[in-house]
Amino acid sequence: MPSPMAAPYLRIEHVGKLFGGFRALNDVSLNINEGELVCFLGPSGCGKTTLLRAIAGLDVQTTGAIHQAGRDISALPPSERDFGIVFQSYALFPNITVARNVGYGLASTGADRAKASARVAELLALVGLTDQSDKYPAQLSGGQQQRVALARALALSPGLLLLDEPLSALDARVRAHLRHEILALQRKLKVTTILVTHDQEEALTMADRIVVMNHGVIEQVGTPEDIYRRPATAFVADFVGRMNFLPAEMAGPKRLALAGVFLDCAEAIDLPAGSPVNACLRPEDVMVRDLGLGHANALDVGVAAMEFLGSFYRARLTTAAAVEITADFSANAVRDLGIEVGATIKVVLPPDRLRVYPR
Amino acid sequence: MTLAALPVPAASRPVRARLGRDGMISLSMLALVAAYLALTVVIPLYALLRKSVQDKDGAFIGIANFERYFADPALAESIGNTFTVSIIGTVITIALAFIYAYALQRSCMPGRGLFKAIALVPLLAPSLLPALSLIYLFGNQGMLKSWLFGYSIYGPIGIIMGEVFYAFPHAVLIIFTSLAMADQRLYEAATALRAGPARMFFTVTLPGCRYGVVSACFVVFTLIFTDFGVPKVVGGQYDVLATDVYKQVIGQFNFQMGAVVGMLLLIPAVLSFAVDRLVQRRQVALLSARAVPFEAKPHALRDAVCLAFCVAVSAILLGMLAVAGMGSVIRYWPYDMGLTLANYDFNNIDTNGWGAYWNSIVMACATAVIGTAIVFAGAYLVEKTRGLGRMRAAIHFAAMVPLAVPGLVLGLSYIFFFNARANPLNFLYLTMAILVINTIAHFYTVCHLTALTALKQLDAEFEAVSASLKVPFYKTFWRVSVPVCLPAIIDIAIYYFVNAMTTVSAVVFLYSSDTKLASISVLNMDDSGNTANAAAMGMTIVATSAAVRLLQALLLRGLNARTQAWRRR
Repeated sequence: MPSPMAAPYLRIEHVGKLFGGFRALNDVSLNINEGELVCFLGPSGCGKTTLLRAIAGLDVQTTGAIHQAGRDISALPPSERDFGIVFQSYALFPNITVARNVGYGLASTGADRAKASARVAELLALVGLTDQSDKYPAQLSGGQQQRVALARALALSPGLLLLDEPLSALDARVRAHLRHEILALQRKLKVTTILVTHDQEEALTMADRIVVMNHGVIEQVGTPEDIYRRPATAFVADFVGRMNFLPAEMAGPKRLALAGVFLDCAEAIDLPAGSPVNACLRPEDVMVRDLGLGHANALDVGVAAMEFLGSFYRARLTTAAAVEITADFSANAVRDLGIEVGATIKVVLPPDRLRVYPR
Repeated sequence: MTLAALPVPAASRPVRARLGRDGMISLSMLALVAAYLALTVVIPLYALLRKSVQDKDGAFIGIANFERYFADPALAESIGNTFTVSIIGTVITIALAFIYAYALQRSCMPGRGLFKAIALVPLLAPSLLPALSLIYLFGNQGMLKSWLFGYSIYGPIGIIMGEVFYAFPHAVLIIFTSLAMADQRLYEAATALRAGPARMFFTVTLPGCRYGVVSACFVVFTLIFTDFGVPKVVGGQYDVLATDVYKQVIGQFNFQMGAVVGMLLLIPAVLSFAVDRLVQRRQVALLSARAVPFEAKPHALRDAVCLAFCVAVSAILLGMLAVAGMGSVIRYWPYDMGLTLANYDFNNIDTNGWGAYWNSIVMACATAVIGTAIVFAGAYLVEKTRGLGRMRAAIHFAAMVPLAVPGLVLGLSYIFFFNARANPLNFLYLTMAILVINTIAHFYTVCHLTALTALKQLDAEFEAVSASLKVPFYKTFWRVSVPVCLPAIIDIAIYYFVNAMTTVSAVVFLYSSDTKLASISVLNMDDSGNTANAAAMGMTIVATSAAVRLLQALLLRGLNARTQAWRRR
């Protein structure tokens, strides 16, 4: 009876990990549902790999519990858990062929040879490497090696697939291509997958849900849209995508004072008037077109600099009180409105796009 | 309800990770390796230390033995002698080795590969052999005796000449490696700044390899300070610490004094070991990943000078060997210069005869096979398994210790440990097994480091992957780690074999009449005046080590051809 309401497939409860005196994970709790693709996203040293290794049993957590498919796996050695793993280095065995790498785990399960080789053929077909089966890993390209590692990880049909920065050793084009392949494969097999990455684009395009981590704690868990549109903390706002941080003060529950200008925001902020805050806004949310009369948060700004980035321009705007705002304008808007360095233009900072964080 | 009365939530209790079958196996094997190193390295050395502060009846007497030693003017003089020959020998060796290594690494002279191979020739012979050659050349009946202007070869001159030959390859190898680590861009920058060749040498070349040179100085000093073979043969009345230990223990059965001298021998070795570790740590940061490797450009004058130097040094190295070879086939030097193979008929001279040689072969094979297995498995467990971090560090430390322990000291400590009546391992004393165990321990460090280096090049996640595939770690060890590290494994085995063939210092205290080795037989035959037979046995050892080295080269070539498909540069 697997339904979205069923018990989560993986339950991580109050997990902490100490390395000597260093607290790598601090009271981390998280549920992952069956069939989900979850990304652990964060800067290096944030604990995302530590959490993955705890789930795999490679570095068992100091405190806390992990349940997988209703089984308490907290203290089990890796060999008694149920997962397949792909490392950044792929860790392919260099002295055996692609086919034998993929079949490495099958050989020892006692399955008969014919069945094992049929399974290897099936897996190689799945990752599109049927014709490479007799080659050695060193004879393959980076992207092909990565797919061999993926096939090997899936060989025993694990309940959980762990991917530790699987794409970061590849160049940009191969990476984009493999992103889609992994995603398609995951959707097809419906295997619960955890992907560790420091690449926000990877997380935003692939994940069902993103877990943003920093300094050993979870900052936010949410869908890619949630994370991008409604970052829960200033860290998430800063780490994912570009963001203007405008120093301001609370002037009312839905009102901010920004260097002599008052701004409205759509959500009520639970901070007393006068508290110092950052008003945050994505550059692409700065409106410059269709500004009818009576728009809230309209400002006159000067264009201090323009950077041409192909499909759009990134403009550095300054308000009368010398507050700097970065804004992305489409090439169309720049042409139609004649925006250029030195011009003074009117922009709107939409209240429903403003995020406010205590400073 | 108070907070304290609340039960600790299950989730925040500390987790005790279960080992599982794999973890159990790997940790018990790790414990075995630890126990092995404790029994064959650490505890014997402790026995030596204890002996040096005890009287004949085993009562603790503090440093009284040391005081007695220094009070004896003849013994104290040995210290001065040892320092004299060690310092002069080190200076000469390093000077020659630096120029030689520089020529190999930084010139375009022809035949560099050949010259490098020739530099390593002394490694194939016991250190007794160059000393025998010196006697043929400069001894009382020597063909070049007049070259010494009336000075005797028996004494410091002979010792220094023999030691330079013996230590030369070690110095060349270290300096050669440090000269290899040069950044072409530094030389280009120096040229762009108009530095002359001399300035460039002192500001770029020398600073670049100074750690290597310092390291080589210490290694060579320690080798000479603790070598026993050369002073034993050509030392004459000139006593050094190494011969003192031998005399005290073998000649006078004064084990306490032997232990005292053993401790003294340990001092420079431990010191140089510590300095070397320090130096190596700093050397690491010297060459950045983006450095451009240096490539010498042809330079007629420099290349000619380098070539002349290398030819001269190679001629001396090969000449020394050739002299011993000649001595071994000449009927009765210098009176009857007819050729004969009679000197190789060892059965005539010595009750052991060729038996000693076969003993050496058995010992060397056993050391190579068993030693390589222990070292490689030990290094694998230290590097690739998890848990028991402290024991892992202790094993690594114990594996490093033998490098700082001269053979004589290790041999002596084996007497104290294994010959103790209370020791249940006593039955090993005077057997072939103890010779093998001792030789494995004696050369453990270099083998351990070779194995570690090879293992570190393997992906760190092989074990994690195989655990996730439910394949036990030892299967992956057999199917992946061993095949991939095979060149290093062969290296270790050959290193063990050659050293087991040539070593004298440690085993001289441990052999019995049934387990006498070829190298010991060289020593005994020289002692009893059968120089030609000693040279013949020495040459037999050289031929054996050379053959094994050749075999290694062939094996590696075959291996490379077979594994070309998956091994990439």
